[in-house]
Order: sequence, then C-alpha cells, then structure tokens
Amino acid sequence: MISKAGSGHPAGSLGMVEVFVTLYFDILNHDPKNPDWPMRDRLILSNGHICPVLYACLAHSGYFSPKQLSSLRKFGSPLQGHPERTKLSGVEITSGPLGSGLAQAAGIALAAKMDGMRFRVFAITSDGEHNEGSHWEAIMFASKYRLTNLTQIIDRNKIQLSGNTEDIMPIEPFVEKYKSFNWHVIEINGHDFDEIKDAISQARNEYQAPTAIIANTIPGKGVSFMENRYEWHGKAPNKIETKKALKELVSHDK
Amino acid sequence: MINKTIKLSKKLNSCRDAFGKALIEAGEKDQNVVVLTADLEESTRVHYFKNRFPERFFDVGVSEQALAAIASGLANYGKTPVITSFATFSPGRNWEQIRTTICINKVPVKIVSTHAGINVGEDGATHQALEDIALMRVLPNMVVISPSDAEETRKAICAALKTKTPVYIRLPRYETKMYTTPRTPFEIGKAVCLWQGKDPKVAIMAAGPSAVKALKAAQTLSKNGIESLVLNNHTIKPIDQEAIVNAAKLTGCVVTIEDHQIKGGFGSAVAETLSELFPVPIEFIGINDSFGESGKPKELLTKFGLTAENIVEKALKAIKRKMI
Ligand SMILES: Cc1ncc(C[n+]2csc(CCOP(=O)(O)OP(=O)(O)O)c2C)c(N)n1
Ligand SMILES: [Mg+2]
Repeated sequence: MISKAGSGHPAGSLGMVEVFVTLYFDILNHDPKNPDWPMRDRLILSNGHICPVLYACLAHSGYFSPKQLSSLRKFGSPLQGHPERTKLSGVEITSGPLGSGLAQAAGIALAAKMDGMRFRVFAITSDGEHNEGSHWEAIMFASKYRLTNLTQIIDRNKIQLSGNTEDIMPIEPFVEKYKSFNWHVIEINGHDFDEIKDAISQARNEYQAPTAIIANTIPGKGVSFMENRYEWHGKAPNKIETKKALKELVSHDK
Repeated sequence: MINKTIKLSKKLNSCRDAFGKALIEAGEKDQNVVVLTADLEESTRVHYFKNRFPERFFDVGVSEQALAAIASGLANYGKTPVITSFATFSPGRNWEQIRTTICINKVPVKIVSTHAGINVGEDGATHQALEDIALMRVLPNMVVISPSDAEETRKAICAALKTKTPVYIRLPRYETKMYTTPRTPFEIGKAVCLWQGKDPKVAIMAAGPSAVKALKAAQTLSKNGIESLVLNNHTIKPIDQEAIVNAAKLTGCVVTIEDHQIKGGFGSAVAETLSELFPVPIEFIGINDSFGESGKPKELLTKFGLTAENIVEKALKAIKRKMI
C-alpha cells in the first residue's frame, strides 16, 4: 500500500498489526454493514499516520473492498493520507495532528456513560504523542470522571519522527506516570495475541479507573531493515525494498 | 519597472532547503540565533543548523504550544529564536501562545513554517495549512511573509532576523521554479513589480510561489494582445498599500492568487486596501471555503484552480467587470 502510494508511515503501521487484528477480528462489537450502529464499540485512532493498518483491517472486516487499499493517498480516493471521518465508513474520527484522539475518545466515553450505553471505547495512541500537553489534559480528565469504559492502547515503539523517543523527549518512567495520574496500567508485549486479549479483558473488569495498556512493540515489525529504525517512521520503501519486505513478511506467515 | 526578460530556472528549487541553509548563514553571523523545532528536524530542514551548531539547537518534542512559549522566553531574555514546524501545527495549534507570549509581549520570535498550502499533496487535509495567513495577519505586531521562490526565502530569513518584531514566514513543501536572483531587490513590506506591459489592463497580484504562475499568465495574455502588470506581494503584512493602489489605478482591475483560503488570506488583504482607497473589481484565486485532500501537488493545484490558465480566465473576467 505505502509503496504504491509513494509516501506514508510504515514503521508504526507494521508494529501495530497484532493489536489491530485482535481488536477488529476478536474484540470489537461492530457491524461493517451497519457502520453507524449506535451500540458499536468505538475504535478511535489518534496517531492517524498509521492509518494503513486501520484501512487494511477495515477492508478485511468488510467496510469496503480490499481492492481499494491500493488507492491509498491517491487523488480522489477515500483512503486519505490521514484518516477522515467524513470520507470513509468505519473511520470514527479524523486524525493525523497528534494529541487530540484520547480527548475525543474520552468525550465519547463520557457521553456513553451519561446515556447508560454499554459499548466500549478503545483509543489507540502513540508514545510520541505523549509530548503533547493536550494528551495529558485528556489523561487527567478521563481519570477525574472515572471513564472505565475507555481503554487506551499505547504503541510504545520507542521511536518518533526525528529520532528515538528517549532522545527527542524522554517519557520514562512511563508506567509510573500513568499510575500517578490514577490510571489502571497494564504493560504487555504488543505482538503477543494472548497478552493483548488478556489485557483487554482485564480492562473490561476494572471498575475504578480508565485502563492504559502499554503495548511494547517493535516498529517495522517483520521487516528486518525497518525494525527499530526511526528512519522508517515516514518513508515509503522503493521497489526493491518493497519486494524484500513482502518476501520477509510472507515467510513469517508460514 | 518593465521586465519582459525574467528567466525561469529549468531546475526546481526547494524553499525549505534554502531556509535551512540561510539559517547556517545567520547562525555564523549572529551568536544570538537559536533554533527550535517540534520533532520535525529534517522535514523543516533545521537539521543543517543542528549539525553545524548543536549547542544552539533544541528539539522540544511534539509540543507546538510549548515551542512558541519557550521561544518567547528565550527572546524575552535577549536571544533571537527561530521556531519551526508544519504550518498546521505552528501557527495552527499554538495560535494563542503566539498571540499572548509573542505578539502581546512583543518579542522577536521568528516563526518559520513549512508545508503551507494545498501543495503539501498526499498527506491530505489535516496537513495542508490553508488558514495560516489569516491566523497570523490578524495579530497586531506580527509581520507575515510568503516568499515566492528559494532565493527569496533566503533573503526573507536574513531580513526577518534583522528586525526586532515577531515575524511569520510560510514556506511550501513542494519544489518551485526559481526566478529571482541574488540581485533582485527584497525589502520587507515592499511589493516587487515583476512585469508591466504597455498600458496594462489588469493587475495580477500574487503571494508565494504562485508569482511564477502569474508571470506565465502575463505572457499568455500578452500573446493574445492583453497587457498586464504583475506584483509579487511577498510581504502580506504590512501590505504594500502604495504599490497595490498604484497598480489598481493603472489597470482598473485586479486578480489575486495564493495557495490559501480566499477568506481572510492575501486576497482579502488586497480587498481591504482597495475598498478603502481605490475600489476596483477583484477576482480571487485560492481555496474557496473547503479543506484540501490527498493527491499529487499538481493534481490538487489544478483542481483548486491555482494555475496560469485560471489566472488568464480570471483576468479576462475582471477586465469584463470593468466595463459594466
Ligand atoms: C500536532 C502534530 N505535530 C507534529 C506532527 C508531525 N508528526 C507526525 S508523526 C510524528 C511523530 C510521532 O511519534 P509516534 O507517533 O510515536 O511515531 P511512530 O512511532 O509511528 O514513528 C510527528 C512529530 C503531527 N502529526 N501532529
Ligand atoms: Mg512511536
């Protein structure tokens, strides 16, 4: 997808494949044929630049034809470079500009609580966007109003755009920060399907606080030359690189 | 100035690169210059400065609001900070910090933002700043510059660093044709007449890289027997009232073009000036009250009418309106 588009964000997208697959094919209560169903669980993607993984899951769940995936970022395509709520069914919010997704998820979770709606809200966020003050404002809000129907899954891949997170803006000790902001925190291996599922069910059974699942991931997972390299945050692979990457990814599947 | 011999470079040049290199020039001349970015080191080309002057370079992380306020503090002390990000985030996200901590405080922070306009392309609406001129030109104490090519970018940076006021400079993402030379005059607040035919019938006023398209349109018009006048309004605030009014008096109608929303942008600044001082028909080219979308820069510029062909069309329309 990204290769055909000629631009985009492969590292974060590849690192979050297991989390998205678990959510879309195992957890979310949703109906692709009825995307506006009021009782659906909401998946709110805050770090919109990893939308290739969102689009792939939406397509394979049945929101639109997987054939459309190759139109990513092209003129006239509903698959915008950053996801837009009004252009593609299944996309809950427009995102790309970082630090605003958790607050929107909190707003939806609050409204659901007010009306006694039982669906859950999952906010996918990134480590890099924890640099934004607005993200922390939402963190405080969610714990103040005990939004237990809100689960945040954080892509802790230790990279951001210009470098490694601990060089650009250190966020450790990360778990302790969430604890001191009165969140329920679970740290997992973000590539382990069982750990992902288990953490989400723990979040479901938490009745005191919102839950943050810190998913430790490897950016560029599955493609040797991309893994753990921030240089692949926002760069499309060329033809040769794409061939190599696809070969590696297919061989993992076997 | 009558100039029919302006040469367009064949090669495309990057305003962003010119900016990055100008910063090194500035840093060498002035120890006080410090550069900050919000996790966009390479995209805004400040990595050149970082490599040359690591002790005067700071990455605040993805936090544009702090970026503006920290720079205000540095300037308050006496440093000359240059802050960079994409225009949607700075001045988009941090507008109030710019208003209060930079403009009301009246400290000389230089805000340089890349990825301004629909030319951003594939990243789509969220990343295409189409409102930044409006946001910045409404602020008292702020100077707003939209350079039209790479060489002019270099001059704008040097000139901005010499002033004692806040300055906002918007730069495109895509590469543009160069048509100015190191000898082309540049003064903040002074529009440049790029072209003036004999007895011109329409004035084309451009801000930013659209100036090149205005020149192409002037050539086409001239071939069809319609002479025009082309102004490069690199400074949007303070707007060059004298040049605008003189051009309107000479031609009797105006076309404006910018890679920005029509509402509140450069064209609006021209309209404010002329409606007060010398009302004439004006045709506006820019984004007409919509957001952008993904696509190749060329595809988007064509869809939204930022082309020489559209300038010609609008020029004919403006001329017609004079007769009514
Ligand atoms: C408000 C805002 N500022 C700047 C950017 C530009 N930007 C896009 S991604 C990114 C890095 C974010 O880090 P992370 O989400 O951890 O990136 P990844 O792990 O996917 O590489 C930045 C600075 C943005 N999208 N939004
Ligand atoms: Mg990251």
